[in-house]
Amino acid sequence: MKNIDANGHVRGESLFIDDILTKQHTLHAAVLASEIGHAKDLKIDISRAKQFPGVEKILLASDIPGENEIGGILLDEPLLAENEIHFQGQPLAVIIAETEFIAKQARKLIKVTFCMLPVITSAKQAKQQGQFINDARSFYLGDVSASFANCKYVYEDETFSNGQEHLYLETQGAYAEKMENGCIKIMSSTQGPTVVQRIAARVLGLAMHKIEVDVTRLGGGFGGKEDQATPWAVMVALACNHLNRPVKLILDRHDDLKMTGKRHPYESQFKIGLDENYKIMALEIEFLQNSGAAADLSPAIAERTLFHATNSYFIPNVKTTVHSCKTNLPPNTAFRGFGGPQGMYVIESAIAKAANHLNIPAWHIQHANLLQDNDTFSYGQIAQQVKAKDTWDQLQGNINIKSIQDFVNVFNDYNIETKKGMAMMPICFGISFTNTPMNHARALVHIYQDGSVGISTGAVEMGQSVNTKMLQVAAQTFSIDPDLIKLETTNTTRVANTSPSAASATADLNGKALLKACNALVERLKHVAADVLVAGVDTIELKDGWVVVNQVKSDLDWKELVFKAFWQRVCLTENGHYATPTIKFDKSKEKGHPFAYHVYGIALITTTVDCLRGTYKIDSIDIVHDFGKSMNIGVDLGQVEGALAQGIGWMTMEEVAYNDEGRLLSNTLSTYKIPDVFSIAEDINIEALETEGHDLAIFKSKAVGEPPLMYGIGVYFAIQNAIKAFNPNYKLKFHSPMTPEKVMMGLYEK
Amino acid sequence: MIEFILNNKKITTDANKSMTLVDFIRENRNLKGTKIVCREGDCGACTVLVGQLCRDKKSVSYQTITSCISPLANAHGKHIVTVEGLNIANKLNQVQQYLKDNYASQCGFCTPGFVVAMINYCLNADSKTEEQMLDAISGNICRCTGYVAIINAAKKVVAESKNEGKKLTLKQLIQHGFIPAYFADIFEQLKSLDQIPYVVSGQEIIAGGTDLYVQQADTLLQATNLRYILQEQSQTVAIEDNECSISGIAKVSDLFDSEELNQRIPHLREYLRLLSSEAIRNMATIGGNFVNASPIGDMSIFLLALDAQLLIAQGDNSRTVALKDFFLDYKKIDIKKDESIAKITFSLPNENSYFHFEKVSKRKHLDIATVNSAILIKYEDNRITNIDLSVGGVAAIPKYLVNTCQFLKDKEINSATLLQAIEIMNQEISPISDVRGTAEYKRLLANQLLKAHFIKLFPEQIIFEEVVTIVGEAS
Repeated sequence: MKNIDANGHVRGESLFIDDILTKQHTLHAAVLASEIGHAKDLKIDISRAKQFPGVEKILLASDIPGENEIGGILLDEPLLAENEIHFQGQPLAVIIAETEFIAKQARKLIKVTFCMLPVITSAKQAKQQGQFINDARSFYLGDVSASFANCKYVYEDETFSNGQEHLYLETQGAYAEKMENGCIKIMSSTQGPTVVQRIAARVLGLAMHKIEVDVTRLGGGFGGKEDQATPWAVMVALACNHLNRPVKLILDRHDDLKMTGKRHPYESQFKIGLDENYKIMALEIEFLQNSGAAADLSPAIAERTLFHATNSYFIPNVKTTVHSCKTNLPPNTAFRGFGGPQGMYVIESAIAKAANHLNIPAWHIQHANLLQDNDTFSYGQIAQQVKAKDTWDQLQGNINIKSIQDFVNVFNDYNIETKKGMAMMPICFGISFTNTPMNHARALVHIYQDGSVGISTGAVEMGQSVNTKMLQVAAQTFSIDPDLIKLETTNTTRVANTSPSAASATADLNGKALLKACNALVERLKHVAADVLVAGVDTIELKDGWVVVNQVKSDLDWKELVFKAFWQRVCLTENGHYATPTIKFDKSKEKGHPFAYHVYGIALITTTVDCLRGTYKIDSIDIVHDFGKSMNIGVDLGQVEGALAQGIGWMTMEEVAYNDEGRLLSNTLSTYKIPDVFSIAEDINIEALETEGHDLAIFKSKAVGEPPLMYGIGVYFAIQNAIKAFNPNYKLKFHSPMTPEKVMMGLYEK
Repeated sequence: MIEFILNNKKITTDANKSMTLVDFIRENRNLKGTKIVCREGDCGACTVLVGQLCRDKKSVSYQTITSCISPLANAHGKHIVTVEGLNIANKLNQVQQYLKDNYASQCGFCTPGFVVAMINYCLNADSKTEEQMLDAISGNICRCTGYVAIINAAKKVVAESKNEGKKLTLKQLIQHGFIPAYFADIFEQLKSLDQIPYVVSGQEIIAGGTDLYVQQADTLLQATNLRYILQEQSQTVAIEDNECSISGIAKVSDLFDSEELNQRIPHLREYLRLLSSEAIRNMATIGGNFVNASPIGDMSIFLLALDAQLLIAQGDNSRTVALKDFFLDYKKIDIKKDESIAKITFSLPNENSYFHFEKVSKRKHLDIATVNSAILIKYEDNRITNIDLSVGGVAAIPKYLVNTCQFLKDKEINSATLLQAIEIMNQEISPISDVRGTAEYKRLLANQLLKAHFIKLFPEQIIFEEVVTIVGEAS
């Protein structure tokens, strides 16, 4: 099935927040953000701005009736700064005016005074100064120190992986209007409608039932709208509450880049030990996560870094520690992979380092250590239905890996102006929110008396085509024409207490809930059919829009059946609830079974470096990916291709840059480059692993949103292998992204 | 009053002429298909078609622009087409269908821009190659799909939008369901539209807007003395014997499209592809690139090596200044408030002279250069008889390498000479560290690009291994 939104998208008719026809008397907001990274004694003088014609109100922290607190995991982040400033881009005031233009003109008239404090921009600085978000976390398996003593080869080094701007094409935005009885309706571009509802209620001092949050779709999220869509929605709700008029806020790109957090940069140290057969016997990593100025989702992201620190490998002795370091950058946040990519980058660096010293291709080590059934992860989960070797072997069956390596070597022997490099990148990614209580969802299904169907779930459509998958679940279960089914907006009054659309798990959780609801309705309708057709319930099936009795089509079609049910006063509405079984995690022991299942895959990447200009291109990427039994391969391939491009961007050209004062330098699309149509590999082959899928995945179709991003990590090492072929003195670097600058300096380093 | 056709409706408006076209489309006309993402021409989500009568007044020609950095005034007398104007009732147009069939739209925010850009390809692109299709969508950024599905759809469009290898006529495009039927009437409507240029007697010149609207859209919105010179249509590229003359308001695409110029400057299109996206080339003027005075301006570097001369006009008076003397200091140029660049002239390379342009940026396309460089070299009897070298991103101004050129003149081309020239260049340049790279990197890059010129132009004389330091032993 094609993306059910495709017609609207290609015709320019799909509605995003900024496209909603504004109501009469709508006001527009602009946010004043801090131009300074760290300060106290903040004073904000709005006297001139207030007088500016067209300005209705300027909101400050003092205008907040409830709590000035938007923190989710920890209560450490104000909506509007109060006395202290903790990062450049921190919201200080919200200007509400007749037009956005006026609001922005007035914004320039606000005077801010403060007393400056020292700024911390790196995780290492923060650690030295004891600035942490929360306590460090550590996972242990086996006995690391004893094992290192017995290892034949031990290597240590430091790594840095830079942040990444989400660059969802649709900037953050929200639109709020006052309803009767003091209620507020917020239309928000958020991945987490319930988060917005809960925080808006807290800040406004209202009960949650007074706040309705409605989401039609997002113009991209990628994690950037999981927690950080909230402040803007709360601001318009607050303004609306004060002024009794609809209020709209759409951040312009510049404000969005400046005010929102990004993927966390990590500074880490690793120590890896191998035996004579290249088996990794011990791994020790200390991760320093640059969390920014507030917790946001950092503790959860840090946790996932630990979960993925061993990637697809079995390592019997592991000690990994992560510190969430508090700096004066915008609070960094969720981004596709959620700390997983940062974890995998370090183990892949460690393997590359070892391989370089042992003078073998890194894939020899990778292959020797692939995870197998019944291996134990460092967090205690026993690996089951492992597909690490299966994906590797299927790829090997398609293209002989060694022959590619030989081709690259021969090419490099005979060419000097260009050099090629290859790398393999296996992935293993756990599916479920690592915070077990979040793994539940609901779906509300109405069958209308004419046979058409309306579906509400907690899933937010942001381009991943989750609504298409939801529609497939209902169409398949009811066995009716998909045109009879409509996916409603995601709305907190229809589906409450939802987890955000995140962790790749949205289709699984909401799909399973929807499946339950649909099955319950089918059961009810079968009874009606049995009654009407005077047949046993067990003999009845719904098939292709008809009631089938004992495999024989009856005269009763779906529409008539539904109408008869309605006439018999049968309930045609069902609410399905699903909570992932089997998962658990004990944080006091850091052991458990946090994931419903894992997704596996392997990529082979080849690159060519122009040794004169220091530029590079990706020649080919061959992937075998574990989709399970994909329920929509067109959609799922799109997820792999899109995630791959983002992973490549993170590892190559996307360079988030702050100066020492914490000012974002890469603050436009002309200074922050993401992959364009020319940046992707010339030859991309993605093949599905032949597998039966997993029972905990919806229709056995595994989660696909995040895992493939990490294939991009292979590009980083493939480029370095090409550099090394040109400059044997080149010392491997573990400092992403691999920009043309780093390539050039590497080609010619002494 | 500004008059133009928006999709299939004639528009007559007294709206603020300096508002951006996208704001007019979205806010005044409530056409929300055109999206705002960056407001700096760097993503293509706001791409619209601009149709105007061809110079021979016999047909309408279309091209794309990014409506976020284009003033409403520039729409005057044109046919502006948004994604809504490409919709066919009750079905998808062919481009839309292929995008849908190939899963090429995920979140949908970039999609309208891609639809418009691909339809533009269908309306143009004589030889119908995939390369031209990539040109057409070169300025469109997508964050969801990773482009694979978009390229698959694009290939379908390329295959289906031609008839026996030739492009479909407007009539055929309508018949085959690429564009709606009303396009057939636009020619007559444009003819009947007031073709008198929209003149405002202001002083502040706005041409394509590709720079000013990025920097100061809000200020422009309140400005009262603007002069929108792109309405002053004229022949923009003229070649006579060995001399090329282009008007100051020539757009980069005028050079790109000039068959004659492409014959005279080999690989011109390859170079210009590195400059920007097609939509930006359709707006950005050569004169604008000069007065912007960026030390990294691609056309400045390009034309410095061609030793371009500028004819600078002030009312009826004019004066000539060499481009290499035009740049005085960082963002300071030899032009007065009431002057404008009327014409740019330069000698074309001939059989004994060779031109080459190099550019390296973080992303190869649609990115500002880290370092760029151009060379024009005349070479007879194994000697350099004349040479012009320029390099950008390594000084306060687009740098013409006076000393390096002087050194190289009358020299034989060989590796030793080149290495000596690089030493001289290194004294002429003074790169600084910024967001585009460290000073050290830019210096190395400038050196490498000088080598690249010679390796590219004189592969017989200059051997890679002789001019490039290879550290350690090659494997």
